[in-house]
Amino acid sequence: MVDVCFYFQVHQPYRLRKFGVFDIGTHANYFDSKKNISILKKVAAKCYIPSNRLMLYLIKQHPEFKVSYSLSGIFMDQCKRYAPEVLDSFKELADTGNVEFLDETYHHSLSFLYSQKEFMEQVALHRKQIQTYFGQTPKVFRNTELVFNNELAHVVEGMGYKGILAEGADHVLGWRSPNYVYRPKTTTNMALLLKNYKLSDDIAFRFSSHDWKEFPLTAEKFAQWVSTVNGAGTNVNLFMDYETIGEHQWACTGIFDFMKALPREILKHPDNAFKTPSEIIAAHKPIAELDIHHFISWADIERDLSAWLGNDMQKAAMYHIFALEQQVKATNDPGIIELWRKLTTSDNFYYMCTKWFADGDVHKYFNPHDRPHDAFISFMNILTDLQIRIKKKEVKPLEQPIPAR
Amino acid sequence: MKVLMFGWEFPPFNSGGLGTACQGLVKGLANNEVEVTFVMPAIHGALDGAAKKFVDASQISGAIRNLKIKTVDSLLAPYLTSLSYDERVKKIAELIKKPQQYGNTIYEEARRYAEAAKLVALTEDFDVIHCHDWMTYEAGIAAKKISGKPLVCHIHATEFDRTGGTNNQYIYDLERRGFHEADKVIAVSNYTKGKVCYHYGVPDNKVAVVHNAVEFTNTPLTPEEHAIKQYFKVVLFLGRVTIQKGPDWFLYAARKVLDKDPNVKFIFAGNGDMEQFCIEKAAELGIGHNVLFAGFLRGPSIDRAYRMADLYVMPSISEPFGITPLEALRNGTPILISKQSGVSEVVENAIKVNFWDIDEMADEILDVLHNPERYARLRDNGRAEVMKFNWNEPAWKCKQVYEEVVRAEAW
Repeated sequence: MVDVCFYFQVHQPYRLRKFGVFDIGTHANYFDSKKNISILKKVAAKCYIPSNRLMLYLIKQHPEFKVSYSLSGIFMDQCKRYAPEVLDSFKELADTGNVEFLDETYHHSLSFLYSQKEFMEQVALHRKQIQTYFGQTPKVFRNTELVFNNELAHVVEGMGYKGILAEGADHVLGWRSPNYVYRPKTTTNMALLLKNYKLSDDIAFRFSSHDWKEFPLTAEKFAQWVSTVNGAGTNVNLFMDYETIGEHQWACTGIFDFMKALPREILKHPDNAFKTPSEIIAAHKPIAELDIHHFISWADIERDLSAWLGNDMQKAAMYHIFALEQQVKATNDPGIIELWRKLTTSDNFYYMCTKWFADGDVHKYFNPHDRPHDAFISFMNILTDLQIRIKKKEVKPLEQPIPAR
Repeated sequence: MKVLMFGWEFPPFNSGGLGTACQGLVKGLANNEVEVTFVMPAIHGALDGAAKKFVDASQISGAIRNLKIKTVDSLLAPYLTSLSYDERVKKIAELIKKPQQYGNTIYEEARRYAEAAKLVALTEDFDVIHCHDWMTYEAGIAAKKISGKPLVCHIHATEFDRTGGTNNQYIYDLERRGFHEADKVIAVSNYTKGKVCYHYGVPDNKVAVVHNAVEFTNTPLTPEEHAIKQYFKVVLFLGRVTIQKGPDWFLYAARKVLDKDPNVKFIFAGNGDMEQFCIEKAAELGIGHNVLFAGFLRGPSIDRAYRMADLYVMPSISEPFGITPLEALRNGTPILISKQSGVSEVVENAIKVNFWDIDEMADEILDVLHNPERYARLRDNGRAEVMKFNWNEPAWKCKQVYEEVVRAEAW
């Protein structure tokens, strides 16, 4: 018995524009709207629209086919404004009943690392939006970039979620297999679903690699690999960016044909099935407790936080933006609070990464800046501008009217 | 008096203070009835916007009386490192598909410039040769050998200033040769004269000191209140972000200031080989949000930057002269300058500290930011002082040097 669980991450950030020192305090826009719109439209045409169409087709062809998504709040925002047809096609998928939507932080942030309060607020915003758009109340949580540890599991269980997703990182699993459901050590009754990174990355990263000895990857071959888990696991979690289909792997690589054939090939084996995360949790009890003290993530070969907090620039930018939380919220100005939240998006810090080795290419993808240092410079100028916006809001004690007796 | 002058940049395109100094000097010489033929390298064919402007500089010769600008084919530009020179050669080679036309290294290029100089020396009519800094010294020496006319080597910055002591031997040797082949050396400050005599073994009486100047028109500046100034105190660093200019000392002082007053923003304007270091160091020191980077500025943006600041700091570890503090004063911005600078010999209304004394630097920064009286005094007196500067006097001193070497020649 092998249950295949597909989860696709769907996200586009509000990329920041080049923001100079002389832009500070001039009411200049923080975001490169032109670029953000054009990237969204490009990816919609290459991935979101055709991939959603494919998923709809597959659900019609195979009523057993299931899939799950996590859409960042700011992705849905941008779709609503610039590509409503994308949002409509996700609604269509939701209506099939075969699709589960997960919760995450609305602004695709690493807020959990700095402020539990802000983290919970961003998750609440997201939950509300999923309810509004898709009529579902998510039961399973996935944190930004699959960042996870014991403490997060504990907090998320307290928020009412039944399950949580994480990377099946070797350094926490050791001899254990990612193909079972686990229970995080700090929770009483929560399911932990781990990404099978080998099989996931075979599709997400290696699919079109001519250097790979398994090239070309056929649906038949991949289904065989999945089937070999029979007897040595209960579920195979294939977690990846949705942009894999059609954007990271272009249509000409044959990725659409592969995905189209995959459910048929997997279902050929009588013991195989597709399940959403909630269905996996209902079907399989945790096999063991897992103790993950240090943060893990699904990024880079390190599977840790170093993609966002690997150098001093990233640490400074992240620290100083979250340090503004109280001042920002004290303004009670929804516009300022939303601007600040958009700055907490993890991509802003990802662009400042200086690990230009095996993962450099991934970091450069969609990166609007020439150098990581430029990303930092613009970010800090914007932060200063935000400080000014906050200061403008602050009522100076002397200007307060003297209360009448 | 006719002068054949070898330089390597001239406004409007210049990447440092040298071009500005040459322009001022040449104007001053014109007022002193000295005719100048100014020779400088140029790149023919489009390279990029900046280089095009560089070539166009020759057109401005008409604006100054008694000045003729000649450009010779060469890649020389100020502040080239061997690496950036290589890149430039490659870029040009791609564009003009004739890489062999240019020398392979920056040193060969200086030699090539010297070859071109011989030709110029044979065709031009002049009484004295005047050249500026090491890249033109070979040209000056070559022109002297072929014409027999006396040579004046002007030193704006020595290798010791640029590198903080880790000298490039080749450049040092070239500087030394220039000083010894010259009939007279002109140093831009007593500070620099000291370096020339001490490090290069040049006799004291062979070196004349001619301080640089600035010349400001009295046109009123557009009043511009930058928004940042209403909410933060701003301290400015403006110059190449390289070891000579002391950007690291600026950062260390900033850290100390921010311990006392977190409401100060430190702004770097300029680029250079230490820019990334400074960005990362600011983040490491925990002041990443209070240190901002404006990048390389030009023209009106430079004045805007000065006016945005409550204090201009020039923490150079070795500054032969240093024009920027005077520009800051002109813009109504008080200045703090290192004692290791030529400009500190001529300007009175300035806070002067040793570049390495970050405690004193931080104390002084805090004091001027929080003491409105002192701030206003430094600003107003400084602006008045700087308006008195002009290039006629230094040019007159140069003319005295020309006359001295020509007289000696006649003997």
